[in-house]
Order: sequence, then C-alpha cells, then structure tokens
Amino acid sequence: MTAPLVLGIESSCDETGVGLVRGTELLANQVASSVDLHARFGGVVPEVASRAHLEAMLPTLERACEDAGVDLSEVDAIAVTAGPGLVSALVVGVATAKALAVALNKPLYGVNHLIGHVAVDVLDHGPLPSPAIALLVSGGHSSLLRVDNIATSVRELGSTIDDAAGEAYDKVARLLGLPYPGGPVIDKAAQVGNPRAIAFPRGLTATKDLAKHRFDFSFSGLKTAVARWVETRRRDGEDFSVNDVAASFQEAVCDVLTAKAIAACEAEGIDDLLIGGGVAANFRLRSLLEERATAAGIRLRRPRPGLCTDNGAMIAVVGGAAMVAGVRPSSLDIGVDSGLPVSTIVV
Amino acid sequence: MSESDSGLWLGIDTSTSVTAALARPGHVLASRAVTATNVHVEQLMPLVSEVMAASGHVLADLAGIVVGIGPGPFTGLRVGIVTAQTLAYVLDVPVRGVCSLDIVALTFAATHPSRGFTVISDARRKELYWATYEPSGKRLDGPNVTLPCDVPTGLIVGPAADLYELAGERVVVALDPGAIAVAPTRLADLGTEPLYLRRPDAQVSTSIKTVLTGRPS
Ligand SMILES: [Zn+2]
Repeated sequence: MTAPLVLGIESSCDETGVGLVRGTELLANQVASSVDLHARFGGVVPEVASRAHLEAMLPTLERACEDAGVDLSEVDAIAVTAGPGLVSALVVGVATAKALAVALNKPLYGVNHLIGHVAVDVLDHGPLPSPAIALLVSGGHSSLLRVDNIATSVRELGSTIDDAAGEAYDKVARLLGLPYPGGPVIDKAAQVGNPRAIAFPRGLTATKDLAKHRFDFSFSGLKTAVARWVETRRRDGEDFSVNDVAASFQEAVCDVLTAKAIAACEAEGIDDLLIGGGVAANFRLRSLLEERATAAGIRLRRPRPGLCTDNGAMIAVVGGAAMVAGVRPSSLDIGVDSGLPVSTIVV
Repeated sequence: MSESDSGLWLGIDTSTSVTAALARPGHVLASRAVTATNVHVEQLMPLVSEVMAASGHVLADLAGIVVGIGPGPFTGLRVGIVTAQTLAYVLDVPVRGVCSLDIVALTFAATHPSRGFTVISDARRKELYWATYEPSGKRLDGPNVTLPCDVPTGLIVGPAADLYELAGERVVVALDPGAIAVAPTRLADLGTEPLYLRRPDAQVSTSIKTVLTGRPS
C-alpha cells in the first residue's frame, strides 16, 4: 500500500505554508513569508501577519500543486495547524483547510504545530526512531519532549518558564543594534566572535533550580544580563566587540539547551535525539549538539535548516502519520487554540 | 438577466454573524445564521454544508459564490473570504465580493422603497461602520468607520441599529446572504480583498528600555 498523499497548511505565525507529502517523500513545500513586513516593528504584528496570510494562501496553494505536479483531486487528506499560534493567523489556514476538505470530500486533520517541527525530519532521514527525545526550539517555544509515537503519544518533559530561545535572540539582537529577526544575524556575528569572552549566566542550571526545573529553560535572566553588560559598557564609554557579545550570549543559550537535551536522553534511557523549530537551524546549536551527542553515544537527527522554520510540509507529515495510525479525523466544527498543549497531536 | 445570474449560487457573509445561503434566480432555497460571536471559523463550513443538504444539493452543483467583504471585524471577515475563495478555486466557479452593508441595504430597500437610509454595523472600539443609501438601495456615501456621533441622522438600519442611542428612526435588519445569492450580479463585484477601513495596530519600536535602573539580580 502506498502512503497517503497529504496536503498540509500552516499559518500560525508569519509564514503561509502549503506542503504536499506522501509518506516520507516531500513533493512540494511552498512558503510565503511576511517577515519583512514585521521587521520595523521588531516582532510579529498579528494583524499584519493575518492580512498577509489571506493574500498569500491561494497563490501558495496553487504553487504547491504546480510544484508537485499534483491535482487537488489526488490528495487523500488535508492537514492544518490548529494551534498553538496567533488566533487571527491560524483561522485563515483552518478555514482554507475546511473548505478544501469539504469540496474535495477528504478527511481533515487539525494538528499541533509543535509536533510538525518534531516530525518534519522524516522527510530528510526517514521514519522517526521511537521512543525519542525531542528538543524543540523556536521563536515562540522551547521544550523537551518524550516522543513515543509522533501521531499518538508525546509528553512534555520541560519547557521555558519565561521567554522562548528565539525571543531572547530577537531581544539581544535589538539591544546590539542588529536587525530582526535576531536568530540568523546573531548566529552569523557569533561565528567571528569569542564565545568565552563574557561569562553570561546559564538559566536553571544551578543545583537548587535543577530539583524543580530539571528539564525547564529560562532565558529572561540571560537577556537581562546581556542588556546590563552592554549598557554598562556604553554608559562608561568603553568599546566592546558586538561579535563577542553575540558569541557569548549564543554560547549560554546553546550550552543550556544541549546540556538539558542530553540529560533528558540519559534520564529517560533513550539514545535518539531529534531537534526541530526555527532555532534548530542555528549553526552553533547544531554543532554543539552533535559534539555532545556523539560524546554521550546518542544518535542525533537534524532536519536540514530549510525545514526547521515554519512550513506546510511538516503539518502534512503529522496528518499523514495520524492517518496511517488510524487516528480519527477532526470534525468540521474545530476551532483554533492559541495555547494548544503539545500532548494534543490531533484536535 | 446576465449569464452568471443563472444556476445555483452560494452566498456567504461573516462580517457580523456567521451566515450562509443557497439560492437560484428568484428563489432562496435555504438561509442560515449562527449569531454567537467569535465562532466564525468553527461554524461557517458546517453552515455551508447545512444549506446545501437542506436543499438537496451538493457543492459541485454551484454556479458561483458571492461573499461579503465587510466592513466588519477582521478575523471573522477573513474566514468568510478565504472559505469562498477556496471553494471557488476547487469547484472552478467564479467568486464575487460585495460590500456587506450593501447586502443589508438590498434587503431593506426591497420592502421600504420610499426613503433614503443609513446602514450601520458594529465596528467595536465604540465605533460604527456605516454607509448611506438612496431609497433604491444604491450606495451614496461610505463605507466609513466613525464614532456613533458622526453617523448621519435619519433612518438607521442594520443588525446593530439599536446598539447606540442614535438620533432618528432605527430599524434592526439582519444581514441575509440570501439577498445576494438570489441575485449575484445585482451588486458590483469589488474583488475579494476585505474592506478593512482601518490600518493594523502596530507600533514601530524606537527605544529600548534600560535595565540599568532596575535592581541588580
Ligand atoms: Zn514554528
């Protein structure tokens, strides 16, 4: 039996994505981004993003079908991000998916965006090992998950108690006078900076914190420490290297993320580690993880950077996995959930 | 009667409540509304399926879709528009966008052909969307978004006619997309871009809050 052909729609933040996937095969992955429209605001403006989704949705759908050489009538199921994300942005995708499902008479799967980030690597490296630990890091989320089955069983081991890693990148970039979004620019500056120049704090790694927050993250204190360091130098008229600050900040983030990911593998007795989310495209995070995973005898799965950011193909993967696992399709009256918990894979 | 005025047309409007109607020329077959607020994405497609089933038709029978493009609260508005666009794309039929206030005007003018009037709807934030009409239902001015005190006095009509204490006579008239489905080319096709009338709320970030005055942690 050939795997089902699934169309996936993503509109939870500032990317309008439509992907076509058959099992582990990526047929099309079209993404229209409104990131440039948000740059001068220093963050995603929900109404701006939502307007852009409406404009981009059908053209993106059309391009994806063209790309894959697929007629919509051949699609076996429609998958769509039902949350978490921005409500006004999510509804554009969900309304589109419902109309497609009814007009094509195909099942609808409203799926969890975060699971999409974890699942997308099947398109690069085949079926996921299970159980596995997943490190999920993006602009809005930083979590450690135990994945027993990508379609039916995911449990959160820990998550950020304040800012997401990506958010900290954006704030530090702004502080350093670097453009939005902060992730890629800090990653680039850090590559020519000294990661040991400044000892920034590693959140929730002290023994007293580990008791309660073993697999949780905190990046708010780090962000404030960077701000205080930079502002003090500026106030005193001291020169400093932006690249060193970027590298030292990034090292603090990546050190904590990787140390806790490896610790989670060890605590759960699991030798497979997955990474996903926009920050998983980060050069330093990828290399440090590889180094530490190898040392700990853990197999690491890293999707190519282009699949780490938000896209429709990752949503299609989850829909396909749900279908194959026999998960009931979503009903036609589903809504969206801005805070959809990661344990809810299909709504 | 123009060519596109034949066959079955689906009318959708989500500028206020969630509404859908199915009609053939001269005859509305089914019209439904869900009045609860903020259920647009949940209820629109079930409602569309319901009006199709109620009249024994399937989507493949449609000759076209006509959709209200506002003004109205943006999130709900986009649900109706993207639904109409997507259905039209898959079914390969035309989609027409019309001003939602005009739909109310069409309904009202059909039964009150002797007086000019103003159609209003709730724009939230203590403002109203409005447009003025000739007795025939032809739009004269608008759509606009203003404070209630800036709405022209006289005969006020619409789903939110009784929302504020406005001077003059007020008649509550529900928005019924049957009025557009039954005569899809009666109103001008304005395209499917929403009539937003307002710019997105967004502030350009200029300054960064200092942390030095804060207590050291
Ligand atoms: Zn994401």
